[in-house]
Amino acid sequence: MTAKTNALETFVKKATAVSAKVFEVASLKEAFEYAVDVCDKKQACQLLASGCELPLSGQGQALCDEKQTKVIAAPALNKKDFAAFAKLCEGRGFELIDGGLRSRLAGIDIGFTVCELGIAETGTLVLDSAREDVRLATMVSEIHVAVLPKSRLRATSYEAEAEVLKFMQNGPNYLAFITGASRTADIERVLALGVHGPLELHILLLEDK
Amino acid sequence: MQHAKNLEEYRSQCRQAMDDEFLRKAMDAFAVAYRTNRANAFADMNERELIAEIADAKDAAVANLDGLFAEFKAKAEKNGVHVHLARTAAEANEIIARIAREGGVKKIVKSKSMTAEETLLNHHLEADGYEVVETDLGEWIIQLRHEGPSHMVMPAIHLSRYQVADLFSEVTGQKQEVDIEKLVKVARRELRTHYATADMGISGANFAVAETGGIGLITNEGNARLVTTLPRIHVALAGLDKLTPTLHDALRIIKALPRNATGQAITSYVTWITGANECAPGPEGRKEHHIVFLDNGRSALAKDSDFRQVLRCVRCGACANVCPVYRLVGGHKMGHIYIGAIGLLLTYFFHGREKAKNLVQNCINCGACKQVCAAGIDLPRLIKEVHARIQDEEGHPLPSKLLGTVLSNRKLFHSLLRTAKWGQKPVVDGKTGYLRHLPLIFSKEHDFRALPPIADTPFRDRWEKLRPVVEHPKYRVALFSGCVQDFVYPEQLEAAVKVFAGHGAALEFPMGQSCCGLPVVMMGQTEAARAVAAQNVTAIDPGSCDYIVTMCASCASHLKHAYPRILEGDPRMADKARRFADKVVDFSTFARDVLGVDEGDFASVSAQTRTAYHAPCHLCRGLGVTKAPRELLAKAGLDYVVADEEDVCCGFGGTFSMKFPEESKALLDKKLDNVKKTGATQLVTDCPGCVMQLRGGAQRRGDTFVVRHIAEILAERVKPR
Repeated sequence: MTAKTNALETFVKKATAVSAKVFEVASLKEAFEYAVDVCDKKQACQLLASGCELPLSGQGQALCDEKQTKVIAAPALNKKDFAAFAKLCEGRGFELIDGGLRSRLAGIDIGFTVCELGIAETGTLVLDSAREDVRLATMVSEIHVAVLPKSRLRATSYEAEAEVLKFMQNGPNYLAFITGASRTADIERVLALGVHGPLELHILLLEDK
Repeated sequence: MQHAKNLEEYRSQCRQAMDDEFLRKAMDAFAVAYRTNRANAFADMNERELIAEIADAKDAAVANLDGLFAEFKAKAEKNGVHVHLARTAAEANEIIARIAREGGVKKIVKSKSMTAEETLLNHHLEADGYEVVETDLGEWIIQLRHEGPSHMVMPAIHLSRYQVADLFSEVTGQKQEVDIEKLVKVARRELRTHYATADMGISGANFAVAETGGIGLITNEGNARLVTTLPRIHVALAGLDKLTPTLHDALRIIKALPRNATGQAITSYVTWITGANECAPGPEGRKEHHIVFLDNGRSALAKDSDFRQVLRCVRCGACANVCPVYRLVGGHKMGHIYIGAIGLLLTYFFHGREKAKNLVQNCINCGACKQVCAAGIDLPRLIKEVHARIQDEEGHPLPSKLLGTVLSNRKLFHSLLRTAKWGQKPVVDGKTGYLRHLPLIFSKEHDFRALPPIADTPFRDRWEKLRPVVEHPKYRVALFSGCVQDFVYPEQLEAAVKVFAGHGAALEFPMGQSCCGLPVVMMGQTEAARAVAAQNVTAIDPGSCDYIVTMCASCASHLKHAYPRILEGDPRMADKARRFADKVVDFSTFARDVLGVDEGDFASVSAQTRTAYHAPCHLCRGLGVTKAPRELLAKAGLDYVVADEEDVCCGFGGTFSMKFPEESKALLDKKLDNVKKTGATQLVTDCPGCVMQLRGGAQRRGDTFVVRHIAEILAERVKPR
């Protein structure tokens, strides 16, 4: 087995172990289709898992009432890719947005990103989040769909170190290591996903030879 | 927080905590699960090497805090960050309050920060009229309950789902179901409105990396990302000890910290913030970003050659996870603000002697924390030294002074023991062989154990008759008895002499030897500890023997590891103490590895005796001896069965059990219950202190298994020569 397939296998194993869903895609277009499908299948803008059905304080309830349609946020795509993605969404009646996420804190259905690096030993994604909208897309969303080009996979954090350092040394920067969905075990040590950030993390491994 | 005025009051608080059944059950479940999770997490790594690397790197960083601060400040300022340095907790709070005032802030959201707990930042900000909301779920829960954290990583571990449901019903004004999944979602929604409306976010920092001028934050919930993204102002509060030269240092710590904290390979989020990032409502679309470094005694601590290692701590909380005392009483009693073993130390340095003086006594010295510490801090030793320092500052209490005086003078000590033997005559129960009543120095709470009487003839008086004649000896061996075996259990030493016979060991029992001195260390009597050590090193000349063998795990560990340090400042003794320590070996290792005691030495017996083992703290962790005793049991033809938690302390802890009898009893009961579950007919261990605790406890409870020292059990089965 080559080192590369080894790293790929380790990545899938480790990411899956922390409840991420991992799939392979052949193109970015396939990734868009995947995201649209997931959005289609999930509960219609009820934000069920986020707790809107639960009794809330007046302030909490007001936030829930703000959201009306399903929303996908893909804030860091180039114009051409964004247009292709938007076309797919249009057909299903979803809104695709690339900015202004501050006004969407009631929750967005899917945050869509393309990651800078992957770290196999822990199943970790490295995402440049210098743009505020990228941060919000991956935190306010219920499902985070992250594309990781296979060529960006590194075996260990030490192997990714030089590249990670470059981001940090290049002016103000905000870099995220993301491993699985947001989680807590603060109540009786019972694991619960999605406490503040996404309830699910889907990783799409992109073939990019 | 710890406010007990004296030890009595503190003990009574601990008793109350021990009566909290939910807490006890939660802690037990956690302690057991944690052990497996941690082991799995480190399974394919070289854990010891990683810990040693972290310790070295942290030491180097701590030695250069000024330089790292200057480098960090220059880099961060270039990226638009305001860097502050606060000398005290009050100064840090004032700086942050000023930032809030000048920024026109009303509401503040916080991501968990132990450093902010240290400075009591919330109190300060709330007093200034700001609304402060904690966003880490556990922190939010305890904030709503007006409590402090009871664990560094799991602040609300002491609370049940029912308590949380009641609390959330109150907060939302709606009846909430008792369902953890749903309660978490309620928190998600309620807290999101706070992120959206806050003007300022406050976080801690797990790292401040000098080469980038950026900070790193480790979280599972992701709240740190929201706290540092949505509000227009971000203030990070970090202890100076979080400064680290390179990103590599941080990546290295990340390999150990989550594994040690919760058994995770990494947390869900690690957030790296370098410079003032994009932020829509901020000035010119940028975040107003401040980093406040807190000294609060850290730079003074960095100059203390012995205690500077305290600053290695990465705040993983593992020392609490494995502490048998924390497991009994919880973090509100095993700490002031910082909890667990490291908490006992940090309390003294950050919050002062008054807060620490009772806490530091509640350490049983079992060494479990030292073994798991991600940065290799010698926690149990430093806790004892803080205890000693506090007594040096405040004056030593009479009982510990008396003990110091008595133990410093071997002749006085031994004649007291001989006199006590006569005094106890009328109270020895002829049937059980134990004392009928506990001596008056023991209070009623000690009734859970039976104490053995002092032996009629101490080992030292039997020696002349026992001394074996060895022609052409292969090894010259000095026996070190320790006071318990010499005066209470001389039969254990006699048994050892029998096991060693025929293997070419010429044994000596130097008469000038006395107590090893560990009890006075536990009592904080530094001077007496030095006097006792010097006495023994003089009594047993390391030049005259190849090995110094002791059947007491506590003595062995103390002689080997503490003597060279205790005597290092004494030019006449230092070298001798090192050579002495090098020769110290425990009974099992000596029998198995040096003498080669083997199957052939034992009579073959067909009846297998189901035998459980208790691993003494000072043997399995203090000396790292785990295989030798278990192998010897098997070689002797015994049916060794593994009891749960074999290597958890039996609750003796020498003088600890005098001060905290209820805790001692609870630990003992757990131990004996685990042995009982195995169905063993005998329990074997290799420390006379453990024998005293276990045997006396089993006697009082009416347990049917017998408790033996390993030397006794082997001697019984050894072939006659």
